[in-house]
Amino acid sequence: MSLWEYANPVKFMALSGRVLPVLTIMSAVLLVAGLIWGFFFTPDDYKQGSTVKIIFLHVPAAMMAINAWVMMLVASLIWLIRRHHVSALAAKAAAPIGITMTLIAIATGAIWGKPTWGTYWEWDPRLTAFMILLVFYLGYIALWEAIEDKDTAADLTSILCMVGSVFALLSRYAVNFWSQGLHQGASLSLDKEQHVDNAFYFPLLVCIGAFILLFFTLVLLRTRTEIRLRRAVALANRRNSHG
Amino acid sequence: MKSLFLRDIKLAFRSGGGFGLTLAFFLIVILFVPLGVGADNAILARIAPGILWIGAILSCLLSLDRIFQLDFEDGTLEALATSPLPLESIAASKAAAHWITTGLPLTIIAPLLAYLLQLPYAGYFWLISSLLIGTPALSFIGTFAAAVTVGVKRGGLLLSLLVLPLYIPTLIFGAQTVIRATISLNPMPALLLTVGISLFSIALMPFACALALKVNLK
Amino acid sequence: MVDLGKHATEVLLAYGVSIVMIIALVGWSLAQAKRAKDQLARQENTHK
Repeated sequence: MSLWEYANPVKFMALSGRVLPVLTIMSAVLLVAGLIWGFFFTPDDYKQGSTVKIIFLHVPAAMMAINAWVMMLVASLIWLIRRHHVSALAAKAAAPIGITMTLIAIATGAIWGKPTWGTYWEWDPRLTAFMILLVFYLGYIALWEAIEDKDTAADLTSILCMVGSVFALLSRYAVNFWSQGLHQGASLSLDKEQHVDNAFYFPLLVCIGAFILLFFTLVLLRTRTEIRLRRAVALANRRNSHG
Repeated sequence: MKSLFLRDIKLAFRSGGGFGLTLAFFLIVILFVPLGVGADNAILARIAPGILWIGAILSCLLSLDRIFQLDFEDGTLEALATSPLPLESIAASKAAAHWITTGLPLTIIAPLLAYLLQLPYAGYFWLISSLLIGTPALSFIGTFAAAVTVGVKRGGLLLSLLVLPLYIPTLIFGAQTVIRATISLNPMPALLLTVGISLFSIALMPFACALALKVNLK
Repeated sequence: MVDLGKHATEVLLAYGVSIVMIIALVGWSLAQAKRAKDQLARQENTHK
């Protein structure tokens, strides 16, 4: 049996109905464990003090903010090429999760920035890039909301996601270029991963795993919601057309 | 093809009073800057390149939702889609017409407004070059966004939300060209990147645009 | 309880904000899921 079989809504509902409870428990356990480990059982950094604990939220959220968009792009392409409805709905389901992750990354980054650099906000390339990612998410969601016919909405948002991905990537490089232009030899660097030692590395891995599982759990849950709504609308339409 | 292009230009001129409205808007944005930030010439000179580019982008935005709207409502677009002309070339013609009626006039008036904003002399050549090269990208990207939102009633606000993020690279490279020239850095890399964005948009956006039109005409 | 030192506010705030946002997203998704389920059940019942 090919993998594409699961793109059939009925099969998808059956399979996801079985997987979802397991995934929910796994992601909840991992998230609680990772955050408790990170919050209570990691030492303070000699330079940053206890603020280093923010890494366990900031880094996984930032990773998922980007990965959610990548997943949306893949799902959009699958919809455009293979016309699987589940795929289009999964892309739609992922967008609010991506935007939440972006907001968490920006908020924790801002809070972390205050004690570390003395400011909540700095137009650093990475911070700016996340702000740009946020507006791309907003446009994508707004387009879904604006179009009534669901298949048309799926088509147009997929095309937008495709074009948007190219321009988001270009923006990322443009922002690097822009920042060099303004202050050469920027004194701020957000590269935390480089100097993370094992005491932080393992709980961080757990948190990243937890966020990935949380993302998939929510995507499954939200995709199931979208499929049910589509089916409800289809049934209502059929009844109306029968009089 | 040629007659379609001429017709598009004529249409763009007629709807919304031609480029007069666009230029008036550009002028008002530039007028607002000293009113908002104060008449300090040093500050104005420093922010002039960015303000001129942002002003040009906002003015360009104004006429985007009219690119397909009229033709879509009266069915012309559908007729054009069934004609032997490929949708890609219709999209390219629309984008080119939009550039002639907005990007080009904006570029021509920009040096005058730059003088009002005290742009340093070193910046003029680069301002005109970057606008001349960069505004076609604005028109071609904008035409794509217009094609996506053509079926949405009162889609003007949505169109802005969709298209402005796509303008970020063009804005950065275009404005950087002028900024670098005014602080005696080499503006050439930024200009070349603007050329890149522009060529990229001209080459690929008509295809994305045709894809979106096909969906909307279904 | 861990000693968070002088940056206790920031750390607690970061955890607080993130956890609230995650709970809000999960809660909202669950509410939507329930609504969709009810709506579909209603449609299917009246359809018979």
